[in-house]
Amino acid sequence: MARNVSTQRKLLTTAAAWTIGILIFFPILWTFLTSFKTEAQAIASPPAFLFFDWTVENYFEVQSRSDYFKHFMNSVVISFGSTLLGLLIAIPSAWAMAFAPAKRTKDVLMWMLSTKMMPPVGVLVPLYLMFRNTGLLDTRTGLVMVLTLINLPIIIWMLYTYFKEIPGEILEAARMDGASLAKEIIYVLTPMAIPGIASTLLLNVILAWNEAFWTLNLSAARAAPLTAFIASYSSPEGLFYAKLSAASTMAIAPILILGWFSQKQLVRGLTFGAVK
Amino acid sequence: MATLHTRSAARLMIAPSVLLLLAWMIVPLAMTIYFSLLRYNLLMPGMEEFAGLSNYTYFLTDPAFFQAIFNTLAIVLGVLFITVVGGIGLALLLDQPMFGQGIVRILVIAPFLIMPTVAALVWKNMFMNPVNGIFAWLAKLFGLQPFDFLANAPLFSIIIIVAWQWLPFATLILLTALQSLDEEQKEAAQMDGAGASSRFIYLILPHLSRAITVVILIQTIFLLSVFAEILVTTNGGPGTQSTNLTFLVYAQALLQFDVGGASAGGIIAVILANIVAFFLMRMIGKTLEA
Repeated sequence: MARNVSTQRKLLTTAAAWTIGILIFFPILWTFLTSFKTEAQAIASPPAFLFFDWTVENYFEVQSRSDYFKHFMNSVVISFGSTLLGLLIAIPSAWAMAFAPAKRTKDVLMWMLSTKMMPPVGVLVPLYLMFRNTGLLDTRTGLVMVLTLINLPIIIWMLYTYFKEIPGEILEAARMDGASLAKEIIYVLTPMAIPGIASTLLLNVILAWNEAFWTLNLSAARAAPLTAFIASYSSPEGLFYAKLSAASTMAIAPILILGWFSQKQLVRGLTFGAVK
Repeated sequence: MATLHTRSAARLMIAPSVLLLLAWMIVPLAMTIYFSLLRYNLLMPGMEEFAGLSNYTYFLTDPAFFQAIFNTLAIVLGVLFITVVGGIGLALLLDQPMFGQGIVRILVIAPFLIMPTVAALVWKNMFMNPVNGIFAWLAKLFGLQPFDFLANAPLFSIIIIVAWQWLPFATLILLTALQSLDEEQKEAAQMDGAGASSRFIYLILPHLSRAITVVILIQTIFLLSVFAEILVTTNGGPGTQSTNLTFLVYAQALLQFDVGGASAGGIIAVILANIVAFFLMRMIGKTLEA
């Protein structure tokens, strides 16, 4: 039964929702606009909203001065590297837990979740020292390893909830037809699991891209991804608002776009399937 | 039917992740415990010696420690309050019929996708800066003195910044839960003469309880370890006014090179997180089973 809503009420809700939506979004919009201003216009009072001399100067400046692209590539390698490695380890585990559950499967899953509750500072000191002694400090390899481990529980949980929804009868039918375990995985399970794996990948890339404890503490000039690169603007250099804005816009744009495409998966993944 | 063959195959497939996570849990944690019992400073290599529990007594009698505990809890509770209450309100609003709902949703979700260092720096410089920030401009517009947020109310400012990042998360999850509420139930309640407020209290809120629990659990995990926002805005200051436990341990380890002291702090942080996690897991266990 369709609800009968008066147009007036609908207009009112629309106005309220749009106002709040734009207010919440405003800092991002403002950063985007400021990135096209000159430094003088960026701090002008009263602030210029749309009527200023648009320039793309800042974007070139950020690249030429601090080699933005290098840090961008670090972010790409670290977030995708850790996610792919995590998937490689997690897919077999999640498959086994979803299709051949044992008595303790639920406990194992809860235990994995509980590892996420350990505060990172609890292991900061030994990890830092280990990294220093093995030369992993400020390397992309080191960061890929750490991010793989911290996101592994989330990857397993997400895959598990997706795999759970694949009907087990199909696998049994394949087995009856004489498919081996390997064939079962490659020809039957994989095609059905691709959407779930893709969402897991997407969410995890977002999380890894934005991770800002380990990346800040374990990287310096060479392996610094965008999180650490932007943090370097907290020094007086950050007073160059236009350049800060240009660097920020480039750092957040890819993830903003990915995230907007995957809203539904975001909810599911972040709540470990508890809210769908 | 799982045969014996698949059983052992299954075990083999689970093994890598379990072993990795086990190692990740145990090895560094054991090292932290070991270091926490040493007098060990990176500036004085080769001088390590057993120090008993002195690192713990040092930490537990340091006034900065209690400030840090207070700040940690203030950030967690402050952000939880703003995001849960605000999230319920926003979710209720976004659930109403309106024009351009999809676009509003996208606008509201955006802050969650922003990396913490960007969010904190944008707020710090372009909004809260007492000279060039938007808030200063607004204050002057109304004839008020600009307020130096990060100097005079550092903790509050950090709570605002972090809440801005997490409000979308709470809203998104509560909205998803709200949309799974049966439309007919709402109509039935309405026909039975239930007003808006009693529909909220007796129908909507109970329906949301599971989602609210999930929001609290997940946010608490992340909020206990807020770090980047503090690092790039106040650096824990002025003094230790905005230092939380995570930041205190970081400063002890990587700024003062006191491995022993920082390890003791890390262990205390682990214990506190476990206390919180214990209550949360019980709470979650109850609602998830219901």
